[in-house]
Amino acid sequence: MQKLVLTEEQQMLKDAARGLFSEQAPVSQLRKLRDDKDPLGYVPEFWNQAVELGLAGTLIPESHGGSEFGHVGMGQVMEEGGRTLAASPLFASGVLGACALMLAGNDSQKETLKAIADGSHLMALAIDEAGRHQPLRVATRAEARDGGFVLNGRKTFVVDGHIANTLIVSARTSGSEGDEAGITLFLVDPKAEGVTVERTTFPDGRNYAKVTLENVVVGSDAVLGEQDQAAAPLQKLLDIGNAHLAAELLGLSSEAFDRAVAYMKERKQFGVYISSFQALQHRAAHMWSELEQVKSMVLKAFMALDADDDQASLLASAAKAKASQVAELVTNEGVQLHGGMGMTDEFDIGLFLKRARPVQLLLGDFRYHADRVASLKGF
Amino acid sequence: MTDLETFRQETRAWLEENCPQSMRSPFESDKDACWGGRNFQYQSEDQRLWLERMGERGWTAPEWPTEYGGGGLSREEHKILREEMARIQARPPLNSFGIWMIGPAILKFGSEALKRQHLPPIVRGEIRWCQGYSEPGAGSDLAGLQTRAEDKGDHFIVNGQKIWTSYADKADWMFALVRTNPDVKKQEGISLVLFDMETPGVSTRPIKLISGESPFCETFLDNVRVEKDQVVGEVDKGWTIAKYLLTHERSMIGDMGSTAAGQKTLAELAVDALGLEDGKLADPMLRTEIASWTIDSIGYELTAERARDEAKAGQGVGNVSAMLKYAGTELNKRRYELLVAAYGSEGLLWEGDDRPAGALPQRWLRTKGNSIEGGTTEVQLNIIAKNILGLG
Ligand SMILES: Cc1cc2nc3c(=O)[nH]c(=O)nc-3n(C[C@H](O)[C@H](O)[C@H](O)COP(=O)(O)OP(=O)(O)OC[C@H]3O[C@@H](n4cnc5c(N)ncnc54)[C@H](O)[C@@H]3O)c2cc1C
Ligand SMILES: Cc1cc2nc3c(=O)[nH]c(=O)nc-3n(C[C@H](O)[C@H](O)[C@H](O)COP(=O)(O)OP(=O)(O)OC[C@H]3O[C@@H](n4cnc5c(N)ncnc54)[C@H](O)[C@@H]3O)c2cc1C
Repeated sequence: MQKLVLTEEQQMLKDAARGLFSEQAPVSQLRKLRDDKDPLGYVPEFWNQAVELGLAGTLIPESHGGSEFGHVGMGQVMEEGGRTLAASPLFASGVLGACALMLAGNDSQKETLKAIADGSHLMALAIDEAGRHQPLRVATRAEARDGGFVLNGRKTFVVDGHIANTLIVSARTSGSEGDEAGITLFLVDPKAEGVTVERTTFPDGRNYAKVTLENVVVGSDAVLGEQDQAAAPLQKLLDIGNAHLAAELLGLSSEAFDRAVAYMKERKQFGVYISSFQALQHRAAHMWSELEQVKSMVLKAFMALDADDDQASLLASAAKAKASQVAELVTNEGVQLHGGMGMTDEFDIGLFLKRARPVQLLLGDFRYHADRVASLKGF
Repeated sequence: MTDLETFRQETRAWLEENCPQSMRSPFESDKDACWGGRNFQYQSEDQRLWLERMGERGWTAPEWPTEYGGGGLSREEHKILREEMARIQARPPLNSFGIWMIGPAILKFGSEALKRQHLPPIVRGEIRWCQGYSEPGAGSDLAGLQTRAEDKGDHFIVNGQKIWTSYADKADWMFALVRTNPDVKKQEGISLVLFDMETPGVSTRPIKLISGESPFCETFLDNVRVEKDQVVGEVDKGWTIAKYLLTHERSMIGDMGSTAAGQKTLAELAVDALGLEDGKLADPMLRTEIASWTIDSIGYELTAERARDEAKAGQGVGNVSAMLKYAGTELNKRRYELLVAAYGSEGLLWEGDDRPAGALPQRWLRTKGNSIEGGTTEVQLNIIAKNILGLG
């Protein structure tokens, strides 16, 4: 059985990613993007550097311009990006977009992978239609017409939707809302007639959009994968997405924790460092223990995805569930342990709290995945 | 075929031939465990035979060197042995504080003579050991122990009292922490000594627990003669060894958090008790709690695995056993609370042969000791805070 430790190459990638994020995309970069209400929501110079390091193509085969480094490798990048709250199209494009094409795309659709790897083409996945993640509840309709389709519906919480060059949209080609069969994925040009992409703001200052489709006409070549049969590849894609979000949560929670511990060692009250209070020590020790569990689960989920193991869905859901729960704990405690300072915008700790919640909700929170774990385990 | 594959095939064949049929099912209760020792009442001839055969091969202590009776297996081979035993649901042939605790300490710190004297009988399950650490005044503050060992030239005379000594009344030998020097810092005057429980001056008195059972005792030491050659490591240097041994013990106790191969999971037991409705556990709130527990148990088992892998690769942090003990024991306590909830009042039936959940009330109560024995949860959190996080 594969050992639960990183290989030397994976560790090197992790170190390189940490260096890049901490130098080129520190937390202050996100703060500035937010304060400036930056129209792009990321810094192109930083994105170029990430692309140069090969990060956008980490999951993409060498034949399509990537480095084929696998999920364990990409997971290290996501985790390190989580530590500095780095804003970039990496997740939407390099993880979800790339994997959607790799899982379901035909040869000509896969041509786009090259442009994803070189950072010039951005993708976004538009599946959710309500506040809580329910990927099979698809009311958006695609009606066959003149050898193509006409799309109508609304999507929400679309990560990097407003900067994407291609949207991947789930729509119903048969059946009724909630059915597993009858869902089809479409590649949609956001500039096409009838597509409206409206950027929405969230506590984390990152990019999400609402997408409205009104009589949008696409050709049959816009179908990604099999008509009516998107549920299976979509589920696989969501497993991948969730494992990477769990890695981001691990990174941001670890950083929030480190900062809280550092603060405990510098803040004095009652004439002593607050790190000397056992009530706080035990809470910190508990959090550390919880973070260790998340670390193991995330690593194992990636290894299972790379090995195409039949436990991959279970492990990905378990990892996302636990990472969400622990992120909630650690970011709340992070603020609490900073006392009044934790409530200020000036201190970074609040930014971790505000990033954690959308990531927890994205593609399903603790409750969603705990339910799925129970179902996969047969109870 | 690689050597490991050959090993697997040979192991499979040997187990097939030598593991008695009645030893191929999970324990039904704690009473099915085999502890060995001079006075052990074997439950069946099969149980005795299974211990004898495994002991002869050294497979009760698979990784110990063959010269001391062990199996001489590599970690990889040991893993294969475990997998092959799990495959046929073979019971562990021996539960032993000798193998889990004092054996590793003797192997690492003991003299050659001590190794030759004590290790082979441990492997064969001939001598059963107990642990004399805790005292009425020294629990969490173990280093504050008061049992005195007076130097009489070639031997010590030991006086004092131990408490919470698991199975002291059934054990043949004790490994005990005693104070050999009262005039130095408390950690620096402690020695680890070994003596036969039949030595004059040793007496035990069982303590009845909340479960109604009496697995542990008070142990009185009244002018007990201990030979000098029965000191493990150096005199006054026992604290280091005691801590080494605790690390082993903690990983082991923490392991209660995992579900052994062949054992039914919490979720499976809950389904047995409550049934499914539309494919889901019939009680939705309990289903949520059990799902949450299941996720945590996956996390715990993977973390224990990662800790082992990191240790092998020379990575990871020290004191990780404190975290595993904390996480594993709290998990096990939650498991039993959820089991009691799943069976409802039927699960709390205190006695009778036809109880749906057997001795669940007694097992549930026993788990309360998990976060106390081997160092309490609070002590583990202190260790993490101080030694890993540097909080003080
Ligand atoms: C929204 C808001 C409104 C406020 N309004 C007012 C106001 O109108 N007027 C006013 O005067 N003040 C106000 N305050 C300040 C508030 O009273 C202080 O923030 C609070 O007393 C905590 O002090 P601190 O921020 O210095 O945190 P610290 O005392 O530095 O605490 C940091 C952390 O250490 C913990 N800690 C500290 N000592 C111990 C100990 N002995 N044992 C265990 N843990 C310990 C704390 O619980 C906390 O988690 C306000 C604060 C907030 C957030
Ligand atoms: C089932 C079982 C089997 C055992 N088997 C053996 C055995 O075979 N041999 C043996 O020697 N011993 C054995 N023990 C004893 C065990 O090691 C002790 O019970 C344990 O170390 C705790 O000591 P204590 O009972 O004196 O509790 P105390 O130390 O008195 O603790 C009381 C409470 O105070 C808390 N506390 C104490 N110190 C601190 C601190 N610094 N910070 C925060 N909280 C603190 C504890 O966590 C606990 O909650 C066994 C115990 C049990 C329950």
